[in-house]
Amino acid sequence: MLLQEYMGKDLLRAAGVPVPAGAVAETAGQAEGIARGMGPVAVKAQVLVGGRGKAGGIKLADTPREAYEAAQRILGMDLKGLTVRKVLVEEQQKIAKEYYAGLTLDRSKHRFILMLSSMGGVDIEEVAVSHPEAIVRTWIDPAYGLQTWQINQAMFDAGFEPSAMKDLRKILGGLYRVMVDTDALLAEVNPLAITEEGRAIAADAKFDLDDAAIYRHPEFAAFGAESITDPIEAYAAEKSLTYVRLEGDVGIIGNGAGLVMMTLDVVKSVGGQPANFLDIGGGARADVIRNAIEVLLKDPNVKGMVINVFGGITRGDEVARGLLEAAKTLDLRVPVAIRLAGTNEEEGRKILEGSDFTPASDLVEATKAVMEQIEEQGAVTAGGHA
Amino acid sequence: MSILIDENTRLLVQAITGREGSLHTSRMRAYGTNVVAGVTPGKAGQDVEGVPVYNTIRDAVREAKPNASVIFVPGPGAADAVMEAAANEIPLIVCITEHMPVHDAAKVYRYVQEQNCRLIGPNCPGLVSAGKAKIGIMPNQLFKQGNTGVVSRSGTLTYEMTDELTSRGIGQSTVIGIGGDPIIGTTFTDTLKLFDEDPETHVVVLIGEIGGTDEEEAAEYIGSRSGKPVVAFISGRTAPAGKRMGHAGAIITGGVGGPDHKVQAFNEVGVPVADTLGEVAERVQEMLAAGVSR
Repeated sequence: MLLQEYMGKDLLRAAGVPVPAGAVAETAGQAEGIARGMGPVAVKAQVLVGGRGKAGGIKLADTPREAYEAAQRILGMDLKGLTVRKVLVEEQQKIAKEYYAGLTLDRSKHRFILMLSSMGGVDIEEVAVSHPEAIVRTWIDPAYGLQTWQINQAMFDAGFEPSAMKDLRKILGGLYRVMVDTDALLAEVNPLAITEEGRAIAADAKFDLDDAAIYRHPEFAAFGAESITDPIEAYAAEKSLTYVRLEGDVGIIGNGAGLVMMTLDVVKSVGGQPANFLDIGGGARADVIRNAIEVLLKDPNVKGMVINVFGGITRGDEVARGLLEAAKTLDLRVPVAIRLAGTNEEEGRKILEGSDFTPASDLVEATKAVMEQIEEQGAVTAGGHA
Repeated sequence: MSILIDENTRLLVQAITGREGSLHTSRMRAYGTNVVAGVTPGKAGQDVEGVPVYNTIRDAVREAKPNASVIFVPGPGAADAVMEAAANEIPLIVCITEHMPVHDAAKVYRYVQEQNCRLIGPNCPGLVSAGKAKIGIMPNQLFKQGNTGVVSRSGTLTYEMTDELTSRGIGQSTVIGIGGDPIIGTTFTDTLKLFDEDPETHVVVLIGEIGGTDEEEAAEYIGSRSGKPVVAFISGRTAPAGKRMGHAGAIITGGVGGPDHKVQAFNEVGVPVADTLGEVAERVQEMLAAGVSR
């Protein structure tokens, strides 16, 4: 779960990290109030999309009146499909140089890693490709945490001036503490700015929290809804289904992440475009199957469905019942292919006898059949318009 | 032979009195696993199908001498459950639990290494040495004893792969699901080393997926040794970057974890990457046949 910039900066400020003076506003009036008593400010849209500045979500203001006007223009603005509800109003910084600081998981080393780079302000992933030597890496022992000597060593290796040492300890020490305290998988300050006065300051803040640990952070759980950016994904989350929306028109349901991924691959291999990833998990009962179909139908792009179940703990008869329940209670407006194998496959087939659904044992065949039906439908619709 | 578990495995079930714990205790016993003890704090003196329940692992170890443990403790308590098993020096710890916080997993991994134990998972279906013993939640009916080792990051694909092999008459030595989380106790490389040392395993099937670099590291290991032939399969080959595909670890980020690189890494060390599980089984069949004629 990604946190908004203002939340990240509040967390850092509370941990003693130097951040620009500022506060969040929900109205233009509030923005003006915050800007009063500050020098020139930046008014920044609080939405979780990349490229806010280019899209007009960040404006500079020299006076409180200008801050009011900037906030009025930004609040309510649509940025890549998201409505701006909050703006961060903060003092503009005179930046002399931009660095990068980030903490993230190094999976192959099984521990977190601190990355520092003198090439800040740009995407660190690009730096990793173009100038891998410009990133200083420090691995952190989870039993002891990030040590001060590690911070010293990393900052000198990354080319910071000795004058920045005190601020760097505050910034990196604080960043590490906040990451651990909030169970973040990514804690990033980019840019970590050196001001014209020679101070180091966290000019931006990005935190991505571990969804598996949200249970111990009730203060962020309430914010969860704000962080889900797609309405269908939000509905699926409500139904405890693992759903990821994609761009195609073939809806996909399966049991187990690996199996669903493989189903996506099969759909693509026969020329289809997956509309989503949906994992019903292990041991799903009929109502879960029905709910999964309901979630897929909420996507207007879906023109057909492929349901792929290999029964282990999940039982074929439950899947069949769920399918019939969906046909009865939902407007099942699209063709559905179902591939059923494993536990209680025969029972499932019996339940579906005489219904509109014929389970296939081969996924590729089932997918091809649905693709053909989608094409036929497309032809009919096109004919109708002509 | 086989790897990690066999007839001599003496299993302890953590959270044995819970819904999952009791259900799978029953199924593991039906497969032939020797379940010697269970632990649920506060429930000592009870039994589950005759398996005695203890309050702590210390007590279970003293009385029942388990040499492996399986964890059905829910997410929030799973890390602590692994730590308790490792503190009591249980040599093999299998954590079925999904949704272990990653910061917990990092600590757990380090502690397990320090205690010289082996952790499998978290977020895994467990393992089966065909015809000998099962730890975890894989369906009992899929397996047939034989000479193919299977290692996978995905649960359901492990089942499907095993079914595909068995239906063609290809038996398995050990089938192991190592888990779909970003931090797991036992990697592909760790498992390949075990299969290489197992005389009963002649061919290894490796089922990877997008995310991380575990497949690339396995390929590097394969290239560095002359061990058992390997056939690979990668799921999520068409998954878009930046989207977490169900498994916490199945995400392509920062240009790392994409499928092309994994396929290339395997191809470079002569490991075929099949497009379907059926094709994997065909390759295994060919390799086994070639091995017999040699």
